[in-house]
Amino acid sequence: MWMIEIPAFVPFFIGALIAAFTRGVLRNALMIAVPIISALHLWMVPEGIHLQFAFLDYQLSPYRVDKLSLMFGYVFHIAAFIAIIYSLHVKDTVQQVSAMLYAGSGLGAVFAGDLLTLFVFWELLAFTSVFLIWARRTQRSYVAGMRYLIVQVLSGVILLAGALFYAAENGTLAFGYIGLDSIAGWLIFIAFGIKCAFPIAHNWLTDAYPEATVTGTVFLSAFTTKVAVYALARAYPGTELLVYIGAAMTCFPIFFAVIENDLRRVLAYSLINQVGFMVVGIGIGTTLALNGAVSHAFNDVIFKGLLFMSMGAVLHMTGKINGSDLGGLYKTMPKTTILCIIGAASISAFPLFSGFVSKSMVMSAALEEGYDWIWLMLLFASAGVFHHAGIKIPYFAFFAHDSGIRVSDPPKNMLFAMAIAAGLCMAIGIYPSALYSLLPYDTGYNPYDATHVLAQTQLLFFSALAFVWLNLRGKYPPELRSTNLDFDWVYRRAMPRVLQSMFNTIWKTDGIVRDKIKAKLNFSSNYFAEKNNRVSGLLSKSNPLGSMAMWVAVVLAVYLFLSFIK
Amino acid sequence: MKNEKKYLFDDPKNVKRVLHILYGCCALLLILDFVIHRHVMHSWENLWGFYPLYGFVGCVILVVVATWMRTFLMRDEDYYENTEMNNSANTNNEKLANKLTSETGDHHVDD
Repeated sequence: MWMIEIPAFVPFFIGALIAAFTRGVLRNALMIAVPIISALHLWMVPEGIHLQFAFLDYQLSPYRVDKLSLMFGYVFHIAAFIAIIYSLHVKDTVQQVSAMLYAGSGLGAVFAGDLLTLFVFWELLAFTSVFLIWARRTQRSYVAGMRYLIVQVLSGVILLAGALFYAAENGTLAFGYIGLDSIAGWLIFIAFGIKCAFPIAHNWLTDAYPEATVTGTVFLSAFTTKVAVYALARAYPGTELLVYIGAAMTCFPIFFAVIENDLRRVLAYSLINQVGFMVVGIGIGTTLALNGAVSHAFNDVIFKGLLFMSMGAVLHMTGKINGSDLGGLYKTMPKTTILCIIGAASISAFPLFSGFVSKSMVMSAALEEGYDWIWLMLLFASAGVFHHAGIKIPYFAFFAHDSGIRVSDPPKNMLFAMAIAAGLCMAIGIYPSALYSLLPYDTGYNPYDATHVLAQTQLLFFSALAFVWLNLRGKYPPELRSTNLDFDWVYRRAMPRVLQSMFNTIWKTDGIVRDKIKAKLNFSSNYFAEKNNRVSGLLSKSNPLGSMAMWVAVVLAVYLFLSFIK
Repeated sequence: MKNEKKYLFDDPKNVKRVLHILYGCCALLLILDFVIHRHVMHSWENLWGFYPLYGFVGCVILVVVATWMRTFLMRDEDYYENTEMNNSANTNNEKLANKLTSETGDHHVDD
């Protein structure tokens, strides 16, 4: 069947073309149709390599389908479908086109069977998504988008360098297990790490996502980091370093999330925290851990999308997103409130919600493999994520002090998209077997045993109790209008400052040295000029007639002398 | 104020109710610790009330540390803007950039 050979990204790229040239209802209908048709198509595609050709000396396989890539392929379709419905009201063609291209690039990346194809889509992800940030058309989003683009392209360049090293070492570009025992391995690891928001390289995410448009952030939250998670799961399963990196990623962002005012930035920090769980799972590398990582990525796309959508709805309706400006919205946005709470319960991993059935796999795997301290960190992060994403987000937006804002629920398409996501969160939580049947390995894991359920519920309820206690005692940090310094301070403030003062000093010393040398040169040229300004000097401009007569006399005398010698 | 509609949590009683439900759930969960036999994988899990305590203490520490972090991490809202905006405004057309931000505002919606 020739249809099989059409890679999953093609329908989306065609969709982008359609979105560019159609308007109104027609465009909406076609855009909704694209992910549905593409998903049906993907559903029928068997595993295997479906497209292969030779490029120079290398075999490229741009369309490779196996259980791991299918898992991400499915969830990307779901995410694209939900986000497209969420953004149906947007009339900005730039956003619609770039969103389609972006979703297609994500699909292209997860089905890439070789490093070169991966690199191409890796860069396309960056170039297509940045328009979702710039589309907000503010000065802030412009500079944030620029920084985002620089970091993403840097990651791509490192990936290309790594791929070239890899090809030179192994004679192939096939994208499989790579490992950390070569330069190529490290370069590719760093490239993946940047896109995966490893600590220190994480600020592109918290910087750019909150500056994107309402609908753009929903797209952004789904693809880039999950492509990186997929790539790590493919190339570095069982790399112990990842366990520690992942554990750090789960813990440090929650501190920033607690004091952050911009609620979408809070979600961006919690996105890093959730990706941390996946990275730990990949690092542990057992079948259970990998299943946990992959299924958590699957669930995270949906519940994080739901949370970004609910905060997007708040921003869309009120024009405000800072916790300090919001509050009391449950009064007039009851549907959004409920949908947001479902997302919050899912990310907090309440039993019967989707986060629970995937996160517990990673935690169990950490204990099984004897990573006690890591397990404790993950447990702390679980409590923390409930604290900032589970309670803080809905509390400060919809409850807390009454801001006096009375806006209605968002347009129907936004509500409908959120309802789909919320429905999926609960469906996966209640009936996890459907999700488990898609997983790469069969581990026979059951999340709903009394021990797990009780432990998780206790943890969460007492975290909530801590929130209540702190709030009643007035110890909870109030939402304040502020910027919190993070690692991006280094390249947004420190490095420009250092470079600026460095160049200032260089120009200054350069100026001084130039002046000094110029003065010296002037002085000596004046000296020589003066010296030779006298008549009859070595370099004088003019000589008197008498000296010429004398020299002629001298020449004649020499002649005379020479003739005598002869 | 009279014709202002009353909402669910405008009545302090309802807030109290929610809190009491929460306290009740917490107490119940603690008691369940005795009733349910758990198969533990780690020795700490055997400690009575390990998860509740860890959750509570963990969150309190989280908030205290985060609040303390504010003392040295918090800056004005437009901390970065001063330099970044000026730089790009200078290289572009300053007037145009100012006009752009003032027209669209910093919390603009996408359509």
